Amino acid sequence: MTRQILPTRIDRHGPVYQANREAMLEQLKLLDKLLAEARAAGGEKYVKRHHERGKLLARERIELLLDRDAYFLELSPLTAAGTEYPIGGSVVTGVGVVSGVECVILANDPTVRGGSVNPFSGKRITRAIEICRTNRLPLLFLVESGGADLPKQAEIFVPGGALFRDLTQLSAAGIPTIALVFGNSTAGGAYNPAMCDYAVLVKERAKVFLGGPPLVKMATGEESNDEELGGAEMHARISGLADELAVDELDALRLGRRIVADLNWSKLGPRPKPCFAEPRYDAEDLLGLAPADLKIPVDMREILARIFDGSEFDEFKPLYGTSLITGWASIHGFPVGVLANAQGVLFSEESQKATQFIQLANQRDLPLLFIQNVTGYMVGKKYEQGGIIKHGAMMINAVSNSKVPHITLQIGASYGAGNYGMCGRAYNPRFLFAWPNAKTAVMGPQQLAGVMSLVSRAAAAAAGRPFDEQADAFQRAYVENQIEQESLAVFNSARVYDDGIIDPRDTRTVLALALSASHSNEVRGARHFGVFRM
Amino acid sequence: MNKILIANRGEIARRVIRTCREMGIPTVAVFADPDRHAPFVAEADEAVPLGGATPGESYLQIEKILAAAARSHADAIHPGYGFLSENAEFARQCAAAGLTFLGPPAAAIAAMGSKIEAKRLMRDSGVPVLPSIEIPEKPSANLLQEIERLGWPVLIKASAGGGGRGMRIVRDAAAWTENLAAAQRESLAGFGSAAVFVEPYVEAPRHIEFQIFGDQHGKVIHLFERECSIQRRYQKIVEESPSTALDDALRAAMGAAAVRAGEAIGYVGAGTVEFLLTPDKTFYFLEVNTRLQVEHPVTECITGLDLVRLQIEVAQGASLADTAANLQRRGHAIEVRLYAEDPRREFMPATGRLERFQMPTLPGLRVDAGVVSGSEVTPYYDAMLAKFIVHAPTRDEAARRLARGLAASQIHGLRTNRDLLVRILEHPEFLAGDTDTHFLERNPPAELGAPTADAAAERLHAAAAALAAQAERRAGALVAQHVPSGWRNNLSQLQSARFSGEQGTIDVRYAFHRDRLELHVNGEELTGARVAAAQSGEVRLEVAGLARTYSVHRVGQSFFVDSPLGSSELKELDRFPLADAAAEAGSLVAPLPGLVDQIKVAVGDPVAAGDTLIVIESMKMLHSVSAPLAGTVSEIRVSLKSHVEAGAVLAVIEEAAAD
Repeated sequence: MTRQILPTRIDRHGPVYQANREAMLEQLKLLDKLLAEARAAGGEKYVKRHHERGKLLARERIELLLDRDAYFLELSPLTAAGTEYPIGGSVVTGVGVVSGVECVILANDPTVRGGSVNPFSGKRITRAIEICRTNRLPLLFLVESGGADLPKQAEIFVPGGALFRDLTQLSAAGIPTIALVFGNSTAGGAYNPAMCDYAVLVKERAKVFLGGPPLVKMATGEESNDEELGGAEMHARISGLADELAVDELDALRLGRRIVADLNWSKLGPRPKPCFAEPRYDAEDLLGLAPADLKIPVDMREILARIFDGSEFDEFKPLYGTSLITGWASIHGFPVGVLANAQGVLFSEESQKATQFIQLANQRDLPLLFIQNVTGYMVGKKYEQGGIIKHGAMMINAVSNSKVPHITLQIGASYGAGNYGMCGRAYNPRFLFAWPNAKTAVMGPQQLAGVMSLVSRAAAAAAGRPFDEQADAFQRAYVENQIEQESLAVFNSARVYDDGIIDPRDTRTVLALALSASHSNEVRGARHFGVFRM
Repeated sequence: MNKILIANRGEIARRVIRTCREMGIPTVAVFADPDRHAPFVAEADEAVPLGGATPGESYLQIEKILAAAARSHADAIHPGYGFLSENAEFARQCAAAGLTFLGPPAAAIAAMGSKIEAKRLMRDSGVPVLPSIEIPEKPSANLLQEIERLGWPVLIKASAGGGGRGMRIVRDAAAWTENLAAAQRESLAGFGSAAVFVEPYVEAPRHIEFQIFGDQHGKVIHLFERECSIQRRYQKIVEESPSTALDDALRAAMGAAAVRAGEAIGYVGAGTVEFLLTPDKTFYFLEVNTRLQVEHPVTECITGLDLVRLQIEVAQGASLADTAANLQRRGHAIEVRLYAEDPRREFMPATGRLERFQMPTLPGLRVDAGVVSGSEVTPYYDAMLAKFIVHAPTRDEAARRLARGLAASQIHGLRTNRDLLVRILEHPEFLAGDTDTHFLERNPPAELGAPTADAAAERLHAAAAALAAQAERRAGALVAQHVPSGWRNNLSQLQSARFSGEQGTIDVRYAFHRDRLELHVNGEELTGARVAAAQSGEVRLEVAGLARTYSVHRVGQSFFVDSPLGSSELKELDRFPLADAAAEAGSLVAPLPGLVDQIKVAVGDPVAAGDTLIVIESMKMLHSVSAPLAGTVSEIRVSLKSHVEAGAVLAVIEEAAAD
């Protein structure tokens, strides 16, 4: 099969390319800084103390657990960036390869406030488990946590219980769950290993009990110590909570690898084609293509040419609804259907084309890749009367009821209902990644401020009040700035609205990994959709 | 001659097969059990199992070999060297069975079999010999006075011996009695006879030998000399021709003496007359080896003759007249013997699997090997793996090419003397022609035998091994095989591999960044590291502007790395070491496989660190195992004469409590 080869016409010396590249390099510097902050965990003092206790850091544990030289795609690394909580959310989550099996790894970071869980940790953990469930990835849970961040218990206690439900539901869905307990896992946390299929406890380190000695003393007057209540030896020999007793951390990681090796695991999705070509054009150009100013249009095909195998792409309906590109390509041998915004706006034609294309992908059991640079559905009399809502609804119907894996990439604007139609976070893509320049909001900051100004101007006129132009200008600037800040990729990433911000040059790798992971589950399209309003 | 049975094994059996094939003569191999899968067995047209393992059970069993000849309808026997090659009884029985023995007449073997008799015969034939004294089994009281007349130091030799076994240098009267007893014991154990003799010991002599050939028509010729001065433990390891010590006149004189020696015993076939050459160029007869020598290829190179073919032709009655008439000497040939042994541990033999045996193709390089990649080297026979021979126009070029050829060979899985040989060939003394039998006393084998790859090279080799292993793992990845190696979107630490090598633990860390390779070895970053290509078997790595190709061969946890910097064997350390893997402190471990020869202590005995507790016999040598620490013997796990594997725990010492 030979697909059509996408041509390239970029001007590497042009002002737009240069400006985009410079802006992107700046944004990547900021990204690096934030990632470094996330890696620094609880800071030098706590890292040192942890090491002195002969313990490994969360990331060190993960590195030892992983197959050597295999990948690790950290998920949500910028969780809680810019909030009152430490960046990362006191956990590390990601997809990696253990004993040849793609797994989700979820590790408490005990150097960050003892690994205690805050509301942002909750978001990150929930997302990781969702990725386990939707993609059928075994879960390795590296436990060492002081439990809920008590001052924040009100925000954690009620929703936090979902973790135990999720763990056992994974198990019920046939997705293996493996807990390696390195330290504290007490009170509610005691259910973490208990709800997993396998539990490995580290000798003299793991501590798993509902109530510690003081609480027991308070409750019943009984004298007890940690080891009697929840030591690894006790759980391995007496309670049976531990399936394996690890002599030390390394041994626990070794046992974790062994358990995965013995899972008899196979992926349900089809294997990728073994032979494929790399793109014909340099991924480095993506830095110059990523739009720094979202008002300036981007040649989406130039981007596609740097992502797909052999820069090959067979377009579907190239002459109809041209603001949205649809077609077939492959990434690392995984065939995909692609929807990518050519211009920002979606019209009725684009919506209908997308709906048809999504149905085709479902008929053929092909995963879908959404590449967003979308400003929304077209407004205006002509378009409303032409049924833009109806057609947008068809597209949303198709996206919502599609059953093939969806992977979403945000490379620029993601505004309005366009975010929904192009499989934004609320539409449960298996994975969603953003470039550092991406922006997500109900609409563009200028438009939103402008709309608010028009509304208040109309309200003043209706009430017969004089309109304060100066206050309006101030208000517009304020709102515009606020929306701008809230639309930034880092802001969204901090709230786990994406699975991470990526370097544009890594796009192909990240998409390949996401596709590979999603093929752990079966790839089978929907045969039924909601009623399409015709 | 319709079919030749080769009563030998290893490289010489293959050597004989090669010529027989050329001559269109079918061959029969005989083999002991450990040699069942040896190359010579496969290469012979037919093979007969002898059963047994030790030479005594197999290759020395005259009856079994004659039965093998009868079964395979062989009509001639080539004895090779060693084993039965100089056994007059065997030659006689071959004749009696109607088999052509490809060697000298039994009488000639018998005459030369006793060194004492041989010397007497030679003296009578006008061949210069050193004075010597035979030692009767019950020495007389005034023996020591007689010995003193020879002048110290003296050399005790086994009358029936060879290869240095039973040889002892005695420097003064005080050491006499003890050394005599030891020599007699070794002689009895090695050759079945306690008969020894004593001669003056010549300091710094050269070992010069002449290849002779006799035909059935009474003609004996010589095919020039071989110098074999460089020896370890009286075993030749470097042989060459011509000798740098001989001029034409001396060559003629010694050659004539060699021919005279051959004529004196009515020699037929291939033989070697060995001489000792003193620094003032006086030569003395040492002995005649009535067989084809290990080092015969040197003579073949410079004369262009095939000595095995000549043996067969002479046995068929051919005359040597034409050979003599056309005899010429051309260029220079050097042979070295590659042994499976550790020159740094007193040449302790190495046994096990030869994981790879591969040499470069070089003009003029000939390798006569008994082994191939995958061969098992057992403790039952001589540890020689192969002979590397180079023939070149000049000695310098021969030495250089041979050194390169050896260095570029891939010899994996067993310790060998390869690096020792390379260093000898590159040694200024050797290149200057200053060779004598004390070369390895002046130049300690422990130093010459150290790996040519130094600490810096070993670090690079570890880096190459890590990168090759990485490539192998990537190629075998079951998922996401084509994403960049070790890809991270939030890199927190480098990939790591730890090896144990000559310099201890080597820690390699690396990461493939978008545009460069980050590579650290033992905490030090190698600047400007670049990988042009990395596969499981080969890594092309550039460091500091210098690119080299490293060949990497992994066998389990072991990595064999060969590069222009030398060769290293590195063992990768487990990422998850098991806690109880370390041996109990105070354990005595067998250094090599062998038989328990002596147990010098009993359970409960107090011992001091360094005391010899157990002696293991392996490869005809005795190896002492001594106490690693002071304490009490708490356990002995072996019994006398039991077979032990390398690494087996022999005994356990309970450490003495510190007072």
